[in-house]
Amino acid sequence: MDATVSFTLNGKNVSAETTGATLLVDLLRNHFGLTGAHVGCDTSQCGACVIHVDGVSVKSCTMLAAQADGSTVETIEGLAANGELHPVQQAFHEHHALQCGFCTPGMIMSAVDLLRRNPRPSEVEVRDWLEGNMCRCTGYHNIVKAVRAAAVAMGEQAS
Amino acid sequence: MREFNYYRAGSVRDAAKRLGASGNAMLLAGGMTLLPALKMRLNEPGELIDLAGIDELRGVKLTRKGAHIGATTTHAEVAGNVELRAAVPVLPHAAESIGDPQVRNRGTLGGSLANNDPAADYPAVALALGATIFTNKRKISADDFFVGMFETALGRGEVVTQVLFPKPQRAGYAKFPNPATRYALVGVCVAQFKTGVRVAVTGAGASVYRLPEFEDALDADFSEVALDGLTASAANLNDDMHAGADYRAHLVSVMARRAVSLALD
Ligand SMILES: Cc1cc2nc3c(=O)[nH]c(=O)nc-3n(C[C@H](O)[C@H](O)[C@H](O)COP(=O)(O)OP(=O)(O)OC[C@H]3O[C@@H](n4cnc5c(N)ncnc54)[C@H](O)[C@@H]3O)c2cc1C
Ligand code: FES
Ligand code: FES
Repeated sequence: MDATVSFTLNGKNVSAETTGATLLVDLLRNHFGLTGAHVGCDTSQCGACVIHVDGVSVKSCTMLAAQADGSTVETIEGLAANGELHPVQQAFHEHHALQCGFCTPGMIMSAVDLLRRNPRPSEVEVRDWLEGNMCRCTGYHNIVKAVRAAAVAMGEQAS
Repeated sequence: MREFNYYRAGSVRDAAKRLGASGNAMLLAGGMTLLPALKMRLNEPGELIDLAGIDELRGVKLTRKGAHIGATTTHAEVAGNVELRAAVPVLPHAAESIGDPQVRNRGTLGGSLANNDPAADYPAVALALGATIFTNKRKISADDFFVGMFETALGRGEVVTQVLFPKPQRAGYAKFPNPATRYALVGVCVAQFKTGVRVAVTGAGASVYRLPEFEDALDADFSEVALDGLTASAANLNDDMHAGADYRAHLVSVMARRAVSLALD
């Protein structure tokens, strides 16, 4: 059955006609053309589809578009401000934390949620947090390095 | 997924009424179990009734009786609750061990208990703490709630509203996670009350269960040493590609010891 969902998407109020069973990731990709959130597994395992809903990271393949009605949704496309990469994006670039890039949007959105809660995570804390994000290329070392470097950079920006 | 109608309930009464009126509606909480199940077409409901908009179902309150946790409180909210960390630390500790951060940001206590996955974490804590599960119709003790694999005492049209976890003197939860899924290959929760010790096991059998011999030994002496020589029976334990029944039985006694050690920490 068709219904209208409305939410804030990367700072703009949007709405769309959708059906009950439409997944949030499909609405973002197919209707809004935001293809940064990837569908890797579609079974809530891989984390390639991670976005933020009301300020926390979620797997958008395991959320209905209708569940987001009235929420604030942020995707990787909304992260860079005024043409400048977000410190986590910048750190991924500098530390070679991606190869094919498929997992990267989810990794970055997940890491941003971690750094909001824990501005100076230890290596173990970063690895624990990224439990739900899989990468087939990098072996994770550079991802962990990038997240910790971003934490330092964000600390410096804040002070 | 097959198409269905989405309905956001405004109150528990509204949700229950809607559920009762429809032949094939289902409740939706965090969706972390239900949505993957729908993708596999294990269920084909005509309508999902979302509980997320019902404020009265969410939150943590501590009273003399213990911790009252609303059904739609997420695992992340329980894990991060400062009062719970001080009063009943086993709850945030167990919640923190569930899945990954994104699962914890959406998954809920009520959904976990209602689903009664044989390898889920909360059922072990609920059973060991002797929790009471409140629904829109009645209250059910944890001893009666978990009936079998993916099966509970909940009837059609019944909505879990909150859970009361009595505050133990000490408690610990130790889990050996399946390295792929993070569900418990075996998890054991041990809780000591003035009235006695309760030990509950998840992951090992078709549904969560208690270990009376371990409880007796810990009643006499609440220490790891008290469990020396005690073994868990492998009869009727899960035996699959992840672990054999003998290995699971072995893990039960190892996790029980770790849970005691955590409780004494
Ligand atoms: C990748 C992944 C890893 C996971 N790892 C773990 C783990 O390590 N340990 C663990 O314990 N769990 C794990 N889970 C499961 C997770 O904890 C789920 O959150 C939980 O099992 C279901 O909660 P939910 O709120 O998502 O419920 P939903 O998926 O929304 O619902 C589950 C079922 O419960 C019913 N239901 C929901 N709320 C109520 C209510 N209030 N009253 C009556 N019925 C209700 C629904 O109708 C449905 O049948 C994992 C899940 C995923 C996807
Ligand atoms: S596509 Fe969502 S977790 Fe893999
Ligand atoms: S960079 Fe290829 S999957 Fe992570």
